[in-house]
Amino acid sequence: MSELHLPWLELALFLLLGGALGVGRMRERVDARKWSVVISALALLCTLGAWGDFVLSRGTESSDPYSLITPVLGQHFMVIDDLNAPLLPLGAFLYFLTFCATLRTKIRRFSFAWSLAAEAIMLATLCCKEPWGLIALLAAGTVQPYLELRARRRPTGVFAWHMLLFVTLLVVGWGMVQMEGNHGVHTWMAMVPLMLAIFIRCGIAPFHCWTTDLFEHATFGTALLYLAPMTGAYAAVRLVLPNAPEWILRTIGVMSLITAIYAAGMALIQREARRFFCYLFLSHAALVLVGMDTIANLSPSGEPPLGLTGALCVWLSVGLALAGFGLTIRALEARHGRMSLANFHGLYEHTPSLAVCFMLTGLASVGFPGTFGFLGMELLVDGAVEEYAYVGVAVVAVAALNGIAVLRAYFLLFTGTRHVASVPLMVGWRERFTVLTLAALILGGGLYPQPGVASRHHAAREIVEQRQKRFPITPVAPSNLAAEPEAWLTAP
Amino acid sequence: METLTTVLGLTVVGAPVVLFAVLGIASLLRKPLPEDATSRLVAISICIGLLAAIAVLGLLLGQGLDHRTIGVGDWVHLQQPHYHFSFKLRFDALSLPFVFLAFLLCGTIGAFGTRYLHRDPGYNRFFVLYAMFVVGMVLSALAGTIETLFTGWELVGLSSALLVAFFHERPMPVQNGLRVWAVYRVSDAAFLTAALVLHHLRSEGDFDALLGTGAWPGGQAALTQKQALIVGLLLLVAAMGKSALVPFSGWLPRAMEGPTPSSAIFYGALSVHLGAYLLLRVGPIIALSPWLAAAVVAVGLLTAVFAALATRAQTDIKSALSFASLTQVGIIVAEIGLGFRWIALAHLLGHACLRTLQFLRAPTLLHDYRAMENAIGSRLPRLSGSWGGYFPEALRIWSYRFFVERGYLDSCLTEYVTRPFTTLFRWCDAMERRWTNVLSGGESRESDQLSPSAGSLEDLG
Repeated sequence: MSELHLPWLELALFLLLGGALGVGRMRERVDARKWSVVISALALLCTLGAWGDFVLSRGTESSDPYSLITPVLGQHFMVIDDLNAPLLPLGAFLYFLTFCATLRTKIRRFSFAWSLAAEAIMLATLCCKEPWGLIALLAAGTVQPYLELRARRRPTGVFAWHMLLFVTLLVVGWGMVQMEGNHGVHTWMAMVPLMLAIFIRCGIAPFHCWTTDLFEHATFGTALLYLAPMTGAYAAVRLVLPNAPEWILRTIGVMSLITAIYAAGMALIQREARRFFCYLFLSHAALVLVGMDTIANLSPSGEPPLGLTGALCVWLSVGLALAGFGLTIRALEARHGRMSLANFHGLYEHTPSLAVCFMLTGLASVGFPGTFGFLGMELLVDGAVEEYAYVGVAVVAVAALNGIAVLRAYFLLFTGTRHVASVPLMVGWRERFTVLTLAALILGGGLYPQPGVASRHHAAREIVEQRQKRFPITPVAPSNLAAEPEAWLTAP
Repeated sequence: METLTTVLGLTVVGAPVVLFAVLGIASLLRKPLPEDATSRLVAISICIGLLAAIAVLGLLLGQGLDHRTIGVGDWVHLQQPHYHFSFKLRFDALSLPFVFLAFLLCGTIGAFGTRYLHRDPGYNRFFVLYAMFVVGMVLSALAGTIETLFTGWELVGLSSALLVAFFHERPMPVQNGLRVWAVYRVSDAAFLTAALVLHHLRSEGDFDALLGTGAWPGGQAALTQKQALIVGLLLLVAAMGKSALVPFSGWLPRAMEGPTPSSAIFYGALSVHLGAYLLLRVGPIIALSPWLAAAVVAVGLLTAVFAALATRAQTDIKSALSFASLTQVGIIVAEIGLGFRWIALAHLLGHACLRTLQFLRAPTLLHDYRAMENAIGSRLPRLSGSWGGYFPEALRIWSYRFFVERGYLDSCLTEYVTRPFTTLFRWCDAMERRWTNVLSGGESRESDQLSPSAGSLEDLG
């Protein structure tokens, strides 16, 4: 393992934890927001530094030099590799944008100190490859939303029961994996609990109800930031993909596909914007797991399947696009309260920038050409078609349904009537900055996708190598492999 | 000479792309260009694009080439497994006439639109969407790979749906825009699936590899008969959605809610022909499978008959024109199925020009009638059905109701697709509510009780 030139990861972590303590003592909420923006911006710079440093090091994984944590735990706790290198800045960027776009009407409800602490936990989670450390951090991540629900005197039952089950299943599952050792294929007693834990955290039906409940009762920012970095998918990559037998991966794939279709359908009939967003997110997050399922059938040459590369691309694009989409709805809520989708609102004339951002991020999430999400979705569907034709068709159907849902929501929120406002509702400079930054990233990534896709392809290769340690395959020279289309297509 | 052709070829696409980028970025920065600057920019970019296309034609003729493919480069390229996503432009006997048509009609509509929408609050929005449409249309016309065609196809779809909902302060145009978009998404899904199957079969999406390197309309598709049937049927569904062929015809009259320039450009002239253009492009695939060709002919004829009868029962000029347009599109599709591709291309070009003129004159129809009546000094003769009397009155009344309701296609879609869908998912929603209520120990849906404006900024004001 190589070392970075500076301790970027721990710097970000301690900056956020220190910032959380400092911001928690501030009485003035405007100051709290200001400092949160500054601290999260610095954390973002650290993660970008870590990414750049890692790329320059040309290694497969790197850790911090002069680490304070490593001597305490006796092993490298925070590691950057091909998989998490862009996920760290993405996660930090989402927090930064959320702090940035929090309006005065929201700053009383939104806890900046806890959110900074949650960001620290999220970054640590995404850096952690050590299984028990990852499980501990995933468990720690559930605390902040729970405390917020308690503080807001909202029902906690749905969230608490699901998260309790999630953590228990993780502990039981990984405990069994350790008991069974590193040789041979793990039994169902070890893998099924892990699979169920992943289902819960990723919101796979029928374990998804906590997500809609969280959006109902927590602040939009907290709910968004808890879901958008997709730490559940990260846990799946670290804990399940390297160890799971094929039938577990197939089960994950099928359940995720059903969820993607189900959530897309549910998004279309929702009458409230938060719930709509939640289902849209679940549908896309499930597609990421669908793509991961393609690792089950590795080609004899050991090349990473296109579906896996596509899934990792979709992970990034959906994380960015839907976080922007969610922030747009949050900005609308800051002006109008909870947004109903049962009637037209006609907000375009007052907030055209938000309308454009809503449309752009929504289209990027469904893989519209020219946006960041296009190539990811294309690779995902291509990879799925190579595996099973029906999976590819289902993914295309999901994208079609989600596209309709996005435009339906756009029309309901921004058009259909003339809204008469008693106060100016135009976006401020912070929101405009957020909109323009998102637009630049989404379009930039769409027009020049090669670096992003190549980076995800490297990460897919790394995941495949991890899996091959347990499930080795006999290598065959690539030149001997002919791409054989499926029988239903080749029959005369 | 090759470099010059490449530069000119890229200019054909580049001119509308620059127009879209300038108008789009200015709008995003909330600094829209003044009307004068917008109209001038539109005129310049369309002229540059058209002149570059003419120059490419001149160069091809000068060099004695029947087609030329220009590679823009691989957008994405992966080794092991091999995957590339490339953009290529193909200039040939099909794409060049269609791109001329696109520029000519878009230029006409652009000039018309600058006056028609003068001082309209949506002026800038119209031209941003117009520019997106032109980019989509030119990309679709010149696509050398199926991925490029899909990109253009999607841009045309989005701009069309948003232009149908152009008068967005009223609910009806918006609902119609959503309906158009829904049909387009079905069509896009079929297209994408076909593209992926082709990519899967041939490991690339280049038309040269898929449809043969011969000049249009020749070429031999590198597929088996069964593969051609599967891929061709998917492409036919895509074309049916985009060109409003039966049973997707319901959205066409709804699309008339948009401003007249967009109605003309999208539904009279270009957009409605895009499905037919796709079928022309994949003609070698259709030629491989007699069953596929028969399906294309059947869909075309069915559409033509349906639209010819429906147009006679419409009560407004734009709807009547749209169905008249559809009649011709149906015939064009049938011609493609029968293998008369040159005739279909000529029919398409002529029909698009005629229909644009008719659509643009539609708002002044009464004025035109009065001018003609003044000129001849009497009322215009009323045309009466010559053979309607041969049918029983009950059948005539039934037919009238059937066609005035546009074959109940929309109602069928609502009754047999939308309603079961929403009923099923609402039931799921109710089940979820019960489950979360149990876990919460009470009512779990805060959103049911909140007033839409509770705690809003406006309340504070």
